[in-house]
Amino acid sequence: MINKKLIKEFEAVVGKNGVMQSESDLHSYSYDSAVLDPVTPALIVKPTDTDQLGPIVKLCNENGLPLTVRGAGTNLSGGTIPDKGGVVLLTNGLNKILEINEQDLYAVVEPGVITAQFAAEVSKRGLFYPPDPGSQAVSTLGGNVAENAGGLRGLKYGVTKDYIMGIDFFDAGGDLIKSGSRTVKCVTGYNLGGLMAGSEGTLGVFKNIILKLIPPPRAQKAMMAVFDNVDKASESVAAVIAAKIVPCTLEFLDKVTVKYVEDYTKVGLPTDAEAILLIEVDGHPAEVAEDAEKIVEICKKAGALSVKAAENAEERANLWAARRNALPALARAKPTTVLEDATVPRSKIPEMIRTLNEIALKYDLTIGTFGHAGDGNLHPTILCDRRDKEEYKRVEDAVNEIFEKALALKGTLSGEHGIGKAKSKWMEKETSRATLEYSLKMKKAIDPNNILNPGKIIGEL
Amino acid sequence: MTDLNRLASMLMELDDQMAACMKCGMCQSVCPVFSETMLEADVTRGKITLLEHLGREMIKDPRQVSAKLNRCLLCGSCEANCPSGVKIMDIFMKARVIATSYKGLSSGKKLVFRGLLKHPGLFNLLTEMSAKLQGSFTTIENEAANTASCGILSPLIGKRHLTLLNKRPFRKDYPFLNTERGSSGLKAAFFTGCLVDKLYPNIGHAAVKVLKHHETGIFIPEGQGCCGIPALASGDIETFRDLVKMNIEVFEKGDFDYLITPCATCTSVIKKTWLKMLKDDDKELYEKVQVLASRTMDISQFLVDKVGLKINDKTGIKKSVTYHDPCHLDKSLGITSQPRKLISASSSELKEMNEANRCCGCGGTFNLYHYDISKKIGERKGENIRASKADIVATSCPACMMQINDMISQSGGGIDIRHVIEVYADSIDD
Repeated sequence: MINKKLIKEFEAVVGKNGVMQSESDLHSYSYDSAVLDPVTPALIVKPTDTDQLGPIVKLCNENGLPLTVRGAGTNLSGGTIPDKGGVVLLTNGLNKILEINEQDLYAVVEPGVITAQFAAEVSKRGLFYPPDPGSQAVSTLGGNVAENAGGLRGLKYGVTKDYIMGIDFFDAGGDLIKSGSRTVKCVTGYNLGGLMAGSEGTLGVFKNIILKLIPPPRAQKAMMAVFDNVDKASESVAAVIAAKIVPCTLEFLDKVTVKYVEDYTKVGLPTDAEAILLIEVDGHPAEVAEDAEKIVEICKKAGALSVKAAENAEERANLWAARRNALPALARAKPTTVLEDATVPRSKIPEMIRTLNEIALKYDLTIGTFGHAGDGNLHPTILCDRRDKEEYKRVEDAVNEIFEKALALKGTLSGEHGIGKAKSKWMEKETSRATLEYSLKMKKAIDPNNILNPGKIIGEL
Repeated sequence: MTDLNRLASMLMELDDQMAACMKCGMCQSVCPVFSETMLEADVTRGKITLLEHLGREMIKDPRQVSAKLNRCLLCGSCEANCPSGVKIMDIFMKARVIATSYKGLSSGKKLVFRGLLKHPGLFNLLTEMSAKLQGSFTTIENEAANTASCGILSPLIGKRHLTLLNKRPFRKDYPFLNTERGSSGLKAAFFTGCLVDKLYPNIGHAAVKVLKHHETGIFIPEGQGCCGIPALASGDIETFRDLVKMNIEVFEKGDFDYLITPCATCTSVIKKTWLKMLKDDDKELYEKVQVLASRTMDISQFLVDKVGLKINDKTGIKKSVTYHDPCHLDKSLGITSQPRKLISASSSELKEMNEANRCCGCGGTFNLYHYDISKKIGERKGENIRASKADIVATSCPACMMQINDMISQSGGGIDIRHVIEVYADSIDD
């Protein structure tokens, strides 16, 4: 329980301004971007220096206070919704880029650095940090690591975990743990930095993160292919990969999404299309030109109604406008937007889309699906009004069926949004009882008082 | 029903609009206040959550929510960038009205809004007297910018470099004007706005000069007053409504094609806020508001889109001008190109600053109650202005000019702060 003495102790660590406990402050940290019920914490702590993190964790541990670390609070699975009576630790004051090393191609950052601002800073030095989650304009790198965030470039460039070279973090007792190094190769000890990726705040509290940087591609080319049938779009995706071309982005929009995007933007999308693919290749200019030509051919051969390649930056921006506006267009249609991210092997996309359409019919719901066709990471988006209890029950049933199908197709519950509170009950189904037991044992050993973001991923101990 | 129940049920009327917020948090990337404080309750998503929780009676103390609600510039940056298209300014204005109806208006605000704004004659007299007396209590900080600091008031206004009340308000020279349509075939009613009248009469004179130059008829009625936004921002819907009614009455007597203003805020308020806030009011008034709002435009928009500019190519006096986009023109009305065309037409060199459309941090009364945050936001604007290396910073809103004046004056002056209409007026012959 929080008492005056304890508040004084927190204030001694972060100063008076760094501790908040008014009713309105507590309520403003009771939620994140997930469609879940809010939970009000007991205390908000906002450190201004990463050295304050250890003592904060220690205080929580000694007093059995659940601790939830929060960056921008854009989590889509409830990972940043705190525990009742718990402490929310804000990292957005810990936002220094400590180093960008152009010789050794790495950067060292504090957890609260904003993803897009970091990418821009790296770009200024002529380097490239590829992970680009949809929330990158506000999301923090600490949050990206904790969720192992993906993005549009996953197919070619991988996701956040592929850029983690090392992490210094505090364990549940507040001691500093070091992992990884500034070298490309490092096999000293367990890969603890890797363990932190996707740990959703349940295994440690990050101090500094060492991230890998790469040289940027010198050219890129975007294309849009329109199909009257999802299978043809999917065949095109398969044929592109079979031709040994790895596009940096390969995005899919279904019929419902195209309709909403066109209603909203009036950019002239063919609303009779069943599927649109947006494909971009990047790399050496000669390779880009050759690959783009091949892709246009492949799509035509697969039966695309039309294929258009952007000839300049403006045309490229226009092609991408459709994808950029997918979520805004869908979000405007109804009050509540349930954004899922069940992921299936690439080849199973047509079957998954068919099932999604059947589920929409069965539960009388509007589902717009868009997403990353290249890596099978779809975003079925259910448009509803959460205040309508009867309808929301149908939404929950539909989501359950989507998970069932994704698992039946040897896919996964979540490609990039995390498990959090929303999907923990499904963990055993995708993995196994033994896997869950293994994880629970690990959690118990690392965090015996269960203070680090309890209830997330593996459920209640 | 307790007072809290009643407040909650009033807020639930906004529930449909608030439900559209999907809590994605993208407002964090554009909110000027959040970028300084990094506190969730200072950004739109947090404020909407607090209103929802108050509406559902999960929060017991409405005063805290009201205080958080007021930590907002009403700049509209969030609404302009909201992926879900939430009508954020509607929600915040109405929520402020509801909050004020619950906790009442402070006696100071009552005196200013109901005692002064609603009585333009008294307001004019009082400001005129103050203009004459202010010299005795202030120290001139920057003569060119007409700013001063005020020792006596420093507990209240801090170390602000205030723009001084002008000794001769605009409407003293033009209490009434009604000229015929000239060769342009157009006639504009001129809504002066309080700040132009009392602080920046030169903007009004520049506007008259330009309109005459383009042979446009001008209608300036007697008895026009404040657009109402200071009252509404404090939740005083009663005064707001009275001011709208008063202005409608004086302008409906005139024969004109467009109502123009040199104030971005007045333009946006007349064009959008009057309509939104009086939608459920009596039908006759609402219809009149609709007519006037549809004919209202920013002065540079009128000159560029309706009148047509004459490009002046005076040689030898080429000065560089950087332009600050007022939130109420850019984010609210989407007007960005016309003021820049006015600058280019004045044979000045337009030098874009970084983040030209980032809020200056004034936010009307926000500047009075949250000067520390307002100043931090303003300093970033000031730095961007200096980095542009322009001789003049021009904008389309006298409230932004006040804030920029304060920032530039406190950091040593040296840059002229002008309204775009002044820049253009300077380039044409009398």
